[in-house]
Amino acid sequence: MIGKVVEINNLVVSVGTQPDASKILDNVSLQVSEGETLCLVGESGSGKSVTSLTIMGLLPKKILVPTHGSVRLAGEEILTATDRHLRSLRATTMAMIFQEPMTALNPVVPVGKQIDEVLRTHTSLDARSRRKRILEMMEQVRLPDVERIFASYPHRLSGGQRQRIMIAMALVLEPKLLIADEPTTALDVTTQKQILSLIRDLQKDHGTAVLFITHDMGVVAEIADRVAVMRYGHVVETGSLDAILRTPTQDYTRNLLSAVPSLVPRAARPATASAPVVLDTSELTKVYRERSMLGKVREVAAAQDVTLTLHKGRTLGIVGESGSGKSTVARCILRLIDPTSGGIRLIGREISFLSRNLLRPHRKHIQIIFQDPYRSLNPRLTVGETIAEGPVNYGMPKADALKRARELLELVDLPPDAITRYPHQFSGGQRQRIAIARALAMDPDVLVADEAVSALDVSVQAQVLQLLDDIQTRLGIALLFITHDLRVAAQICDDVIVMQHGRIVEQGPAGDILTSPKQAYTQQLLEAAPGRGWDFANFRPLATGMAAPAKTRDIALNS
Amino acid sequence: MAIDTIEPSSISAGAASGPRVSFRPSSAIITIAAICLIVVVASAIFAGVLAPQDPQKLAPAMRLKPGMPGFPLGTDAYGRDLLSRILHGGRISLMIGVGAAIVSVTIGLTIGLVSGFFRWADAIIMRIMDGLMAIPSILLAIAVVSLSGASLKTVLIAIIIPEIPRVVRLVRSVVLSAREEPYVEAAIAIGSSLPKILWRHLMPNTFAPLIVQGTYICASAILTEAILSFLGAGINPETPTWGNIMAEGRAFFQIKPSLIFWPGVVLSIAILSINLIGDATRDALDPRMKQRGTGK
Amino acid sequence: MLGYLIRRILAAIPVMGVVALVVFLLLRLTPGDPAAIIAGDLATPEQLERIRTSLGLNEPLHTQFFTWIWRILQGDFGVSLISQVSVIKMIGQRIEPTISIALSTITVAILIAVPLGVIAAWKHGTWIDRVVMSLSVLGFSVPVFVVGYVLIQIFAIEFRWLPVQGFRSITGGFGPFFERAILPTMALSFIYIALIARITRASMLEVLGEDYVRTARAKGIGEAGVLMRHALRNAAVPVITVIGTGFALLISGVVVTESVFNIPGIGRLTVDAVLARDYPVIQAMILLTSGLYVTVNLVIDLAYTLLDPRIRY
Repeated sequence: MIGKVVEINNLVVSVGTQPDASKILDNVSLQVSEGETLCLVGESGSGKSVTSLTIMGLLPKKILVPTHGSVRLAGEEILTATDRHLRSLRATTMAMIFQEPMTALNPVVPVGKQIDEVLRTHTSLDARSRRKRILEMMEQVRLPDVERIFASYPHRLSGGQRQRIMIAMALVLEPKLLIADEPTTALDVTTQKQILSLIRDLQKDHGTAVLFITHDMGVVAEIADRVAVMRYGHVVETGSLDAILRTPTQDYTRNLLSAVPSLVPRAARPATASAPVVLDTSELTKVYRERSMLGKVREVAAAQDVTLTLHKGRTLGIVGESGSGKSTVARCILRLIDPTSGGIRLIGREISFLSRNLLRPHRKHIQIIFQDPYRSLNPRLTVGETIAEGPVNYGMPKADALKRARELLELVDLPPDAITRYPHQFSGGQRQRIAIARALAMDPDVLVADEAVSALDVSVQAQVLQLLDDIQTRLGIALLFITHDLRVAAQICDDVIVMQHGRIVEQGPAGDILTSPKQAYTQQLLEAAPGRGWDFANFRPLATGMAAPAKTRDIALNS
Repeated sequence: MAIDTIEPSSISAGAASGPRVSFRPSSAIITIAAICLIVVVASAIFAGVLAPQDPQKLAPAMRLKPGMPGFPLGTDAYGRDLLSRILHGGRISLMIGVGAAIVSVTIGLTIGLVSGFFRWADAIIMRIMDGLMAIPSILLAIAVVSLSGASLKTVLIAIIIPEIPRVVRLVRSVVLSAREEPYVEAAIAIGSSLPKILWRHLMPNTFAPLIVQGTYICASAILTEAILSFLGAGINPETPTWGNIMAEGRAFFQIKPSLIFWPGVVLSIAILSINLIGDATRDALDPRMKQRGTGK
Repeated sequence: MLGYLIRRILAAIPVMGVVALVVFLLLRLTPGDPAAIIAGDLATPEQLERIRTSLGLNEPLHTQFFTWIWRILQGDFGVSLISQVSVIKMIGQRIEPTISIALSTITVAILIAVPLGVIAAWKHGTWIDRVVMSLSVLGFSVPVFVVGYVLIQIFAIEFRWLPVQGFRSITGGFGPFFERAILPTMALSFIYIALIARITRASMLEVLGEDYVRTARAKGIGEAGVLMRHALRNAAVPVITVIGTGFALLISGVVVTESVFNIPGIGRLTVDAVLARDYPVIQAMILLTSGLYVTVNLVIDLAYTLLDPRIRY
């Protein structure tokens, strides 16, 4: 057949070479044609990345072994090719970019030289024409000031710039196939948008086949021509973008799509003006001082003049990109770090300047849930000990605290026997539930969730969000919800604060901010949200005018 | 300044406690090492019963004899039975190894916890530790022994002092990285007191590396004792220790090399076994391997 | 760069201060009369008094300390109690053999250990890896003097290829120097090789798991290029660090090796001084070797910046 760049047929990849070894990939068949983008979508552990590494011939030797099937690249069998031949195909016929632009480039070699290495390995061009070629390529990926960047070390470049370097490196020899493994997951949304459109444009110019791996349905909607849904090493469903998003035939695909939170804010809850204020800050500021050599002091304001108010039973979201200062605000409010100036009132009491000891009685009023469920529980303590520790600190007898822990486990939908088990026996979502139970054990008035669902797969994310919502309704807790994900914010927040560079850009009811933002930055953020034209849960495009602000801007922020 | 992550301190523990990506000795080698160690320890404990002769008995007529019935490895320059001296020598060497490991780990743990958790103490403590580490340990040890007089106690002190900074640095680095963990912040948020956080959330992180470090200290203390004795700055020469036996054998090396060879072999096997068991313990306790096991 | 250099040198001052304090207190805090300790049991009162005056032991403690430090800062390390010769002069006379052996050991160790470590990491889990690591554990476990005597037994006594002991200056011709330096160098480099090979392997293994190595492989670069251009340069910082911290090991090793091979270097001088309780010599040796250790590690700190552009001043 003409134009098929990759054809995978009945591929099986096993752990080791034993005949009864468990299969990481089972009977996977896929095709990508010239000029086409196939999105491989699935949750963690579905086998997406293993598929891509198999094509590149980069599977860890003797640990993951293709035992069955075939992988043909431009008609040529890859699985039986020699190492030497595979090496000559890489970068020339197939190329790959990775998730973490921060670690994917060699930190001790200037980036120009790293691209040059591709040309030196695979071509016989002389130094001058290689350099010319590289600078051209760097311009094609829309890097500014290419001469300077050519000689720069990776740590001098931003995440977006590094990913552009990776793309330039991958495409400099015009390969037939580009594999992109979650290339925008580590980037902020505005940068993500630029990188996605860059890949699209380059693909159009060069006719490259793109195998794009992602977990994010929004990104799928932005870039895919066709979609393959994977789960547990199987391809569940393959089809055109439209077919998958509108008429998915498999339950799993339907569930996956239904779990994607909508960008359209949920119906506003009745504003109860009489609800008491439980937390407010006034002009909260955190300045970090960096001392450079010879004592020059540079001040960096991680958060500046942040004033916010949170009422009982309400949810206030703080949204922003990395470095916006949203987590700094949360950690200041909890006094995990000390604010430089400004006030924090918790249930009417000023706590911003209390000493460690004087603060302790107030701590139980405010609790936090962290992002990483694998690090937020002490691996050496049982779940019961973890949950009971707080109440015991405030004088509850151990037996009562454990009884309370059992009740709380029930509240967060975990079996009561979880109490004697250790954190490593639970999944990420379950651990996050344990962390919620630990916080609730204190009977807090305010619960701070710092990117609490960001590390979870989308289906688990939906469940945890639901749990937080239930708890709030039942216990009347106020929630301070910190997230970079506008979709999540739209589904859980009553009010939203948008932050950038440590300052509040805009704040107001979620319904207003997320549908008709006043500030340019908020508009950019919304515009950059991938898949904003789709209502995934209802399998249809959004009615126009809901999320998309009228004006299109050229965003060249800080990538 | 971005040098913090790669400062020498971050690696210094590695020098003694071995690389982070570990070498896994095969289980057969570990078994052999364990058996060797048991034999050495048992023969030291039961030296009184096993030794064919009195290790201190001088017999001028028997000087430098080769192996014979009753004297399997022959005799030394004073006619004493070599095997009996080696068996008895193990007692002192092992006592010093175990003692140095326990004492330096205990002291180092205490100082390291304080240094890792209290910023005000950290700067001062670490400067002192840097200073101690800058002094070559053998020089410090022979100076201490020669000035305070050679006794088991001073030899032990001389061996422990240079080991403490290494333990302190190890504990401190573990505490510093553990205190950044969200579960420690969560403990602060639920109002746990400082001693409780240290005791319950931070200190347990140090146990695995300390057990490993302890075995390495044990090995290196036995080695240092031998070097001290060998240089003539160790325990009183009449007491049989492996180092002393070899020190006395030096003068007769060209006539009877076995005076150095046999104690050297026993000493090396003991240290080798302890080091190998240390490596195996490290692998067994490595939290990263555990995580892999639970399928994160 | 200059600012960084100055700050690093300033940071070394408290370290050397602690060293000086330890050395100073070593004698003063020892129970009993320091003069009697130094002079031994058979000293006459006149001898004791002379030692007291020469060490300033009759002054108050802090005065003693500052007078002592002040002299040392001027390069005056005092006079040997035994030979009455200036300590600096004694050290100067005996430093050449030590430096020759130490330098050849460092060179040999690095040249052997780094390739061994790289190969072991590259062939991770194979028999090559096992052999290298077994040798490394062995290197940590066999005392340098045992290695020394075994080498003498084999190469000098059994085969008679090399002289048993002694030292010849390189100024007297390379042949005699080399003949006598080869065994001490081998004995001394054993543990150093073990140390460097082990850390090279560990560091390489860690780096080989990094994303940029995967990127390099994805570019279609050959294994040699991946290992040398991408992995080794990134793995270098811990290796260099260990060469620096291992310097303490080298100093200790020199002391023992010189005793085994009867080399008239400063290691032998130190042992003789300790046995004779020649305190000014002991003090000077500890201070100088510690100073050397601090300097070596300072230089290595500066070398990081050449290896890793992320390290800024």
